[in-house]
Amino acid sequence: MNSPKIVSKQELVIEAGRTEQQYWKDIWRYRELFYFLAWRDILVRYKQTAIGMLWALIRPFLTMIVFSVIFGSLAKLPSEGAAPYPILVFAALLPWQFFSNALSESSNSLISNANLISKVYFPRLIVPASSVIVSFVDFLVSAMILLGLMAWYNFVPTWRILSLPLFIGIAFAASLGVGLWFAALNVEYRDFRYIVPFIVQFGLYVSPVGFSSSLIPEQWRLLYYLNPMVGVIDGFRWAILGGESKLYWIGFTLSLGLVALLLVSGIWYFRKMERTFADVI
Amino acid sequence: MSENMISVENLSKKYIIAHQQEQGSRYKALRDVIADGAKSFAKSFIKPGGKKMPNPTREEFWALKNVSFEIQQGEAIGVIGRNGAGKSTLLKVLSRITEPTTGRIGIKGRVASLLEVGTGFHPELTGRENIYLNGSVLGMSRAEIKKKFDEIVAFAEVEKFLDTPVKRYSSGMYVRLAFSVAAHLEPEILIVDEVLAVGDSAFQKKCLGKMGDVATKEGRTVLFVSHSMQAINQLTKRCILLSKGNIQFDGHTGKAVQLYLTGQKDESASPAYYQAPVNKTGNHVAWVRAHTSEEEGIHCWGKPITFEFALHIEKPHDSLSFSFQIVSALQQPINIFWFFSDAPFRHKQGTHIFRCEIPKLRLYMGSYTLTTWLSERRSETLLENLSDICEFEVSMHNLERVNYPWQADECTYLEDAIWQTVEKH
Repeated sequence: MNSPKIVSKQELVIEAGRTEQQYWKDIWRYRELFYFLAWRDILVRYKQTAIGMLWALIRPFLTMIVFSVIFGSLAKLPSEGAAPYPILVFAALLPWQFFSNALSESSNSLISNANLISKVYFPRLIVPASSVIVSFVDFLVSAMILLGLMAWYNFVPTWRILSLPLFIGIAFAASLGVGLWFAALNVEYRDFRYIVPFIVQFGLYVSPVGFSSSLIPEQWRLLYYLNPMVGVIDGFRWAILGGESKLYWIGFTLSLGLVALLLVSGIWYFRKMERTFADVI
Repeated sequence: MSENMISVENLSKKYIIAHQQEQGSRYKALRDVIADGAKSFAKSFIKPGGKKMPNPTREEFWALKNVSFEIQQGEAIGVIGRNGAGKSTLLKVLSRITEPTTGRIGIKGRVASLLEVGTGFHPELTGRENIYLNGSVLGMSRAEIKKKFDEIVAFAEVEKFLDTPVKRYSSGMYVRLAFSVAAHLEPEILIVDEVLAVGDSAFQKKCLGKMGDVATKEGRTVLFVSHSMQAINQLTKRCILLSKGNIQFDGHTGKAVQLYLTGQKDESASPAYYQAPVNKTGNHVAWVRAHTSEEEGIHCWGKPITFEFALHIEKPHDSLSFSFQIVSALQQPINIFWFFSDAPFRHKQGTHIFRCEIPKLRLYMGSYTLTTWLSERRSETLLENLSDICEFEVSMHNLERVNYPWQADECTYLEDAIWQTVEKH
């Protein structure tokens, strides 16, 4: 890429139905586009706003207060061990917001970049992936609230916090997997434009964001973990809250397996549909 | 050195066109898919073994059909054809935006395609930000863009507005910046759709110059679609003429342009003659005839030609004037002739016939048309302006050049000349 003058002798062959072996090489070659598309979205989002990035803090902060008041103070649901309820809520709100933002952004990403898709070539996988990256930046920003909360409650995490990157990785994989599915489906069936906001709204209550997943009755536990975000949220709580917070290992493994399946099948389906995007979009 | 950069074999691209009854349902909705699926499922139960009926609402459309060609390194190739001939589809397939249905393409080298000016520009971002964004979308690395940044800005002439969001740019500035980014790509193969028709004429000239440099000086391979025959002529030596998804002609640009232009002509028009529509009123040109030296509107180089005009005058005016131009196939006016002196048509109603004889027509071979101007000089009003009328063809067949046949577009004008050898002592 840095030496365009050198004629690459390798011949690129374009044929019908041929999965180019080049694809992953191309993704590497266009790696800067991940950054540029994400950079564009972040830059554009806060243009002509008065308080800019602060919005990324205000929204999760207010949600956290509402959830803590409703579930913690009014419904008096138990926390996990000694952890203050706001921290319990926020430890779940972080991955959930990341997931829901990433899902809605990436499922719409191909449509909103239709002009690019129909006029330039690049591996299309970059588009939904970079909207997940944008949501990840928001995630990092709102993680500062968590630090603030910990300082406020004098809450010291245990060594388990070191495993947090692992769970962030799982959250990333889950977001990307589901995002790829919906992005590809949305190109052909615009119905998903309406389905995704519903899933996001619904999921907030179905997933254990405002309460601890230990409240779920024993016999329904395994079924509950079919929602991959349950595993991710439990992982986050386990890592952040430490102490008495327990991980339901069977369920967690099930969630993990589902995430892996979603990611692999998402990439497969996306790659399969990708070659018709420009004609259909 | 003459290595095949692009080789295309039997390339075809099929689209399915849906003829839907309902208006406005552009997208495939999940509901329809489920409903259709259920229907055909039910049908297969009711009529087992029944042959699949061809769906009347879906029609196959071959945008490209068995297209094959090869392009060598450093060649600049024009692609021309009427709307819907498959030009844009060809470029889209070559630049990997869409997949071919059948056939094979082999490409050696990095391809950059410019199918639209300003792809990926975001209106909210500033000029500076958009240069980086657009550059990376087109396949430049950040380091490359940084290196070229000043050059891009200077070429676009937008230094002052670099930190203004492009939504506040004038459309000319926007397009200049967009083209400038694209022009500084350095791929081995550059694919350009009709994008040069941008900006004012000075900038267009600059763009054409830049494109020419890319092909000739830098030795890159350029594939170039345009409807401007002048640009095609200027930039390319070889041309592919597409017609309904097939290659109609592949070869010398002059010949291809000629074929394209003659293909465009209305077949029914009789040669070298124009007749005004019957319902026309007011002062106008009733008919025009070019008296060519041969039949069928063909004229031999160097022979006298007479143009005959009939003016239909309803309101005589003492400053009525008439002039006409001979225009080449590339829409370039070559000659102008005017008739501004006193004549009966200034004073009397009716149809007035007058002639213009050119004793020796020196125009080079090719096809030419007339443009006429009828105006009132005192009030400076243009009464009628006809163009592309009375087409005639100049042929060189009476003039032999030994051992060296006449080529199209060698020149536009052939002057008498006297050669002498001067001996030096």
